[in-house]
Amino acid sequence: MTARLLEVADLSILYDGRPVVQDVSFAIAPGEVLALVGESGSGKTTTAMAVLGLLPPNGRIARGAVRLDGTDIARWPERRLAALRGARLSLIPQDPVTSLNPVRSVGAQVAEVLRIHGERDGPGLRARVLELLERVGLEPAALRAGQYPHELSGGMRQRVLIAIAVALRPALIVADEPTSALDVTVQRRILDLLDELRRQDGTAVLLVTHDLGVAADRADRIVVLRDGRIQEAGPVRQVLAAPRSAYARQLLRDAPSLTTHRHRPAASGGDLAVQVRGLVQDFPGRDGAPFRAVDGVGFAVRQGTTHALVGESGSGKTTTARCVAGFLRPTAGEVLVGDTDVTALRGEALRHFRRQVQLVYQNPYASLDPRQTVARIVEEPLLNFEPVAKAERLRRVAAMTERVGLPGELLARHPRALSGGQRQRVAIARALILQPRVLVLDEAVSALDVTVQAQILALLEELQRGLGLTYLFVSHDLAVVRLIADTVTVMLAGRVEEAGPVEQVFQAPRSDYARELIEAIPGRAAPQTLESVP
Amino acid sequence: MSGAALPLRAGWPRLQPGLLLACAVLALVLAWAIAPGLFTARNPVQGIPGAQLLPPSWAHPLGTDGLGRDQFARVVYGARESLAGAFVAVAVGLVLGTGLGVLAGARSGWVDAVVMRLVDTLLAIPGLLLSLSIIILLGFGSIKAAVAVGIVAVAQFARLSRAEVLRVRASDYVEAAYGSGGRFGAVLWRHVLPNSLTSVLALAALQFGSAILALSTLGFLGYGAPPPTPEWGLLIAEGRDFLARAWWLTTAPGLVVVLVVLSAERISRAIGGART
Repeated sequence: MTARLLEVADLSILYDGRPVVQDVSFAIAPGEVLALVGESGSGKTTTAMAVLGLLPPNGRIARGAVRLDGTDIARWPERRLAALRGARLSLIPQDPVTSLNPVRSVGAQVAEVLRIHGERDGPGLRARVLELLERVGLEPAALRAGQYPHELSGGMRQRVLIAIAVALRPALIVADEPTSALDVTVQRRILDLLDELRRQDGTAVLLVTHDLGVAADRADRIVVLRDGRIQEAGPVRQVLAAPRSAYARQLLRDAPSLTTHRHRPAASGGDLAVQVRGLVQDFPGRDGAPFRAVDGVGFAVRQGTTHALVGESGSGKTTTARCVAGFLRPTAGEVLVGDTDVTALRGEALRHFRRQVQLVYQNPYASLDPRQTVARIVEEPLLNFEPVAKAERLRRVAAMTERVGLPGELLARHPRALSGGQRQRVAIARALILQPRVLVLDEAVSALDVTVQAQILALLEELQRGLGLTYLFVSHDLAVVRLIADTVTVMLAGRVEEAGPVEQVFQAPRSDYARELIEAIPGRAAPQTLESVP
Repeated sequence: MSGAALPLRAGWPRLQPGLLLACAVLALVLAWAIAPGLFTARNPVQGIPGAQLLPPSWAHPLGTDGLGRDQFARVVYGARESLAGAFVAVAVGLVLGTGLGVLAGARSGWVDAVVMRLVDTLLAIPGLLLSLSIIILLGFGSIKAAVAVGIVAVAQFARLSRAEVLRVRASDYVEAAYGSGGRFGAVLWRHVLPNSLTSVLALAALQFGSAILALSTLGFLGYGAPPPTPEWGLLIAEGRDFLARAWWLTTAPGLVVVLVVLSAERISRAIGGART
């Protein structure tokens, strides 16, 4: 395997004259999988797009070469590149929702790539489309070919994109976060499919991912990028077992899927802070019949502990959490916070109940008013409940923001001038300033990069110990749940599939579904010497 | 990728020459309206005997009309009439329309249904016909014409502000505001209004241009300010009789109207574009 299919040499890319990728070099041999790993803004997607000649209009290759079979294609005109793309190089894009044309059938979109590269219309073309759909596991292919993207699930759409990418048996597939938008079990099946197709055709893959676990499982070699520069590169086992750069070590330490579980002190036997019994939530369905999102869910959380609600999209975990936070009135069932039945509260009583339970949202970009400053955001709950003097209010706002680790000079800034992690700290400060007993965290760390995620998780843990907070932690990410939760409820299609202490559920799952979920966590192929990482 | 594109959008939009020109046009017209005496020494109402229908010259940059009045002076003095009318029209549309739209968007349910059906009714009638009918009801006069034009604009303001309020209401930060104990009024005032009004402002700038056009149309048809008030639409109407002999009487005020409307549109686009 000394032949080099693709060689990227000293590649530097500018966006509007600002360097985003600097002196990046790597090579891919035929049939090899190379993972480009990094956090948002690390330049990993930009590098991959430069390989395909698909930089955005404000991007420019300043220096360096992209050699395909020894020929430098970095400065090829669009017309020549177009002939390569699809045939020799192809792309599996990140977002299966926006990457397919909503008004054309799936079969037509697969046929398009064949037609562009010279296939004639006719029965032969249709047969090839059906064969491709079968290859990616979309069956019955004849039915699927006639369907439109909105009729397919996210995983099925991603399969269509893969069918398009492998249609002409390219030598190299660039897969840009191909499974980031998918549930773990679907992610695993899609990556398995990609592996299988790749082996059959001997295709090389440039896998762009933020998830070290995915890279550990699927790649032969890893390139770690940060701020547009290579931090570390080498065979997967070597990088994971003995990282040489400080940054790679930090990434490894922070990746929840690769960390061996932390032993939290056993949940102390406090009073029950939250009790949910027989919770049912119906939503109006499409044809009159109600859709049951949550069906008879029950659990209890002790004061000062963390309970996780785990499940894939559509499992009803967020709906359950919103019932606890008092944002949804359940169709049936009881939600007790302390001694209060949340479901019976109306008007002013409900408003006053909000002091006890606060919700932190998944997306810190959407949950903060873009027109308010940090100080205004954090003080707002006080304005609603405690008419204290301005000086006292500002003192408490400053104390709380400091408590969540925000420097004082950020108080006058607007959310857009903050990073994702800082924004989530602001959201946490706003939630805590009323000194609630229960914090409902709805995917509160899912949108963050791993190192930021690790910092926020540490903050949550520290706040819980210091303030005796009770957390209801909603997440699709089992690796994170394992780190932070004491007890867990696994949900599937609105029902409780399994429940119990975290260690018990993770080590000896009783239900098939919980087992499947746990096995789908990426990073299982990582060497276990990680515990020795300093 | 999105992170890399961000710095482009941050800060103030670059000042484009077109936008500068638009601002300059509106500033000049505004200056005409405030202090017309600074721009022309001639009387817009009193004609000079024996100087009828003179072509443009140094003494009369835009010529004179059939009664010997300096056309440039009439255009300059007309700015006050037309701009004041447009301001009144936009104010009426903005206040009434946004009020109705915000009410409908914030309250939903039957309030929404009633308000929006009313708005639909307004939209169903052609704008010019509607403003003519309102003028017939209110009586003639430049302010009344302006109110009529404003009422026609209510529908657009109401629909836009309702859509914006609905968009903002669905956002996480509004729910978070309720979640931190905010009452309806407080959330509306602190979060919903500030975040929904940017595009309403953009529409106001756009409507300013259309209002000038609509007022000129009414003036042309004889439903606006009574002669001899120098109002742009009226100027065009008066010049029409001399179209074959004195083209400058219609062309000059017409061009001014077109320039002001285009400038308002350009500025509206800048306000709307700065939002995202």
